[in-house]
Amino acid sequence: MIERTPILNLMTHLILASGLVIILLPVWLAIVASTLTLQEVNSAPVELWPGDQFWPNLKEAWAQSDFGPKFVNSFIVAVGVVVGKVTLACITAFALVFFNFRGRMLIFWAIFITLMLPLEVRIVPTYAVAANALSPFQTIMDWTGISWLLNRLSGVEVSLQWNLLNSYTGLILPLVATATGTFLYRQFFLTIPDELVEAARMDGAGPLRFLWDVLIPLSKTNIAALATIMFVYAWNQYLWPLLVITDRANYGVVVVQLSDLVPDQLTTGGGTPTWHLAMAATLVVMLPPIAVVIFMQRWFVRGLINTDK
Amino acid sequence: MAEIAIRNVAKTYGKTTIMEGVNLTIRNGEFVVILGPSGCGKSTLLRLIAGLEEITAGEIAIAGQVVNDLEPRERGCAMVFQNYALYPHMTVAENIGYALKVAGVPRAERQARVAATATSVGLSDFLDRKPGQLSGGQRQRVAMARAIIREPKVFLFDEPLSNLDAKLRVQMRHEIRRIHTQIKATSVFVTHDQHEGMTLADRLVVMNKGTIEQVGTPDEIYDRPASLYVAGFIGSPAMSFLPGRVDAARQALVLDQGAALPLPRALVQAAAGRLVQAGLRPETLSLTAPGMGQIDARVDFIEELGAERLYHLLVEDLPLSVLSSEKQRPAEGSPIGVAVPLGAVHLFDADTGRRIEPQAAEASVRAMA
Repeated sequence: MIERTPILNLMTHLILASGLVIILLPVWLAIVASTLTLQEVNSAPVELWPGDQFWPNLKEAWAQSDFGPKFVNSFIVAVGVVVGKVTLACITAFALVFFNFRGRMLIFWAIFITLMLPLEVRIVPTYAVAANALSPFQTIMDWTGISWLLNRLSGVEVSLQWNLLNSYTGLILPLVATATGTFLYRQFFLTIPDELVEAARMDGAGPLRFLWDVLIPLSKTNIAALATIMFVYAWNQYLWPLLVITDRANYGVVVVQLSDLVPDQLTTGGGTPTWHLAMAATLVVMLPPIAVVIFMQRWFVRGLINTDK
Repeated sequence: MAEIAIRNVAKTYGKTTIMEGVNLTIRNGEFVVILGPSGCGKSTLLRLIAGLEEITAGEIAIAGQVVNDLEPRERGCAMVFQNYALYPHMTVAENIGYALKVAGVPRAERQARVAATATSVGLSDFLDRKPGQLSGGQRQRVAMARAIIREPKVFLFDEPLSNLDAKLRVQMRHEIRRIHTQIKATSVFVTHDQHEGMTLADRLVVMNKGTIEQVGTPDEIYDRPASLYVAGFIGSPAMSFLPGRVDAARQALVLDQGAALPLPRALVQAAAGRLVQAGLRPETLSLTAPGMGQIDARVDFIEELGAERLYHLLVEDLPLSVLSSEKQRPAEGSPIGVAVPLGAVHLFDADTGRRIEPQAAEASVRAMA
C-alpha cells in the first residue's frame, strides 16, 4: 500500500525528521559536553555549541581510567567472542542440518530455548560455573557415587577445580555459549539445495571438506553479519565483566571503566560532576563498534536479508 | 567401464515401500534410460546406484563388486543432476576441477585436464565465469564436464534436460549421445520424457510404482509393449484401448460395442475366448467414410499438428485417436469410419493387463515351412 501525495510525502518526511532529531540530540549533547570545561558543562542553561576542550578532556579521562590497556582487553574479549561464536555457531548448525542423528530436533530445540535465557537471567549459576568450570562434573560424580568409589579405591579425594574468574577465558566463554548464531546459520544452511550436498558427495568431498570448500564460502555474508552483531554485543557487555573481573587493573574492560567516570557519589565524592570527562570517554568507547558496523555494513546487510543469488 | 547388476533391490522409508524386487543388469558401455512417470521410483533407483540412498534389501554390484556399503566416491560413479548443482561460488574451471582437487591431483595436471574437458563440451571460453553468469545450457555443460573429468566407470543422469527449453533439450540430447559414443562409459539416464528415452537409449527400462514393467530396446518396447501400462505410456500420441473378446470362430476380436477386428490366426489361437483390451496406435489407423471401416465412430475434436492431424474420436463413450496426414475436416459430432490394418491390434489380458503374444507363431511358421 504505497500512496504518494504531496501532503503524505510531507507528513512522512516530518515524522522521519523528528525521529532523527530525537535520536541524534543526545549524541549531539554528548559531543558538546565533551568539548567544554568543568564550569561550562555544569552551567545552566545547557550549552548547545561545542567548545575547544575536547583533547584536554579526553587526555584527562584516558589517564584517569587507564584506557590504554583496557582497550586492549576489550578488543581481546570482543574478538574472542566473535571468533568463538562464529566457529561454534557454524559447526553446531552444520551438525544440526546436514547430519541425521537421534535426538536432532530435541537438541535443536534445547539450543533454541536458551535464546529465551540471556546471560542476565542466568547470571548466578553462570557465575558459579565460572568460579569452578568443573563443578557440574564434580556434582555429577558426587551424586553418582563415582568420587566416593574413587576415594575408597585409591584414597584420592576427588575435587575438580578450574577457576575462570579474572581471566579472558572467563570473560569470553559465557558470551560465546549462546544460541543466536546457531539459529542464523541453521536457517541459511536449510536453504542450501540437497543436490549441492549430493554433488559434493559424488565429487568425493567428505563432510569437513564440504563445510570448508562449499558452506563457509557460501555463508560469508552470514559470517559478516554474525561477526558484526557479536562484536557490538561483546564490546557493550557491562554486567558480566563487572561481576567476573575483580582484578580490574589487569583484566578490566572499557565499558566498566567508563561507568566509573560517570559522576555519582562514589566517583566525585559529592564534588562537581565531571560530565565533560565522562562524555569525552563515551565518544571514544563508542568508536570501535561504530567503526565495525560501518565497515561491515555492506556485507552484513546482505547476510541478514539472506537473498538468493 | 563396468557392468551394473541390480539384484532384488528394495527401498523403503519407514513403512512406505518405494520399490521392491527390482532386477536389472546393465551391460558394460550400454546407455540405459529409465523411463517412468514422477514418483515411480526411477530417481530413487538411480540414487541407490550412486550411493546417495541406502539400499533396504538386495544388492547392487558395479563391475562385479558389491557396492551396498561403499560411499558414493568409492563407487566410481559420476552424476549429472536435474538442477545442475554447481557450486555457485566457484568458477567454471573450479567447478569442473573440484573432484580432482578433492582427490589430490596436482594443480598443473588438474588445469590441463580441466582445459581439455572444457574444450570437449565447448566451454573453453567460459572457464573464469561463475555459474550465475551462464545460461541454462551452459550450466548443463559444466555439470556434464564435471562428471566427465573424473573418467567414471558409470555415468548417472537424473533428468538432466528437464530444466532446458525444448530446442536446447534436443541439442543437449545429441550432445549426450555424442559424449557417450566418445567415452563409452556405462550410462544410466532417468527421465519422464519418452522422446528422450527413445532417442538416447540402447535399452529402455519402463518403471511403474516401484517395479520394472519392461526392459528392451526402444523398438521392442514400442512394437511389443509388455503391458497395458507400457502400451499407454510409450508412444505419442498415446495408444487407445477398446475392450472386447476374441472370437475363435470369426477369427476376430469382437469389441464390446459390436465391431469386429480381424486378427492374425496365431494371435486368435493364443487368445481364443479371452476378455481383452485391444490397444490401437493412432498412427496405424486411418480414416474412412462412415460405415466403410471396421469401427464406426464419431468425431469429438481435431488437433492440428502441422504435418498431421490428430483426430479424437469417440467409439460410443470410449476415446479413440487417429493420426493422419490426410487433411480432412469432418464436422465435430459427425460419424466417421476407422480402418484397422490386420497387424495393428495389440492384445492385453483384461484381468492381468499383460500382453498376449501370438504364442503359436513359431509353430505355425514351422507348419508352413
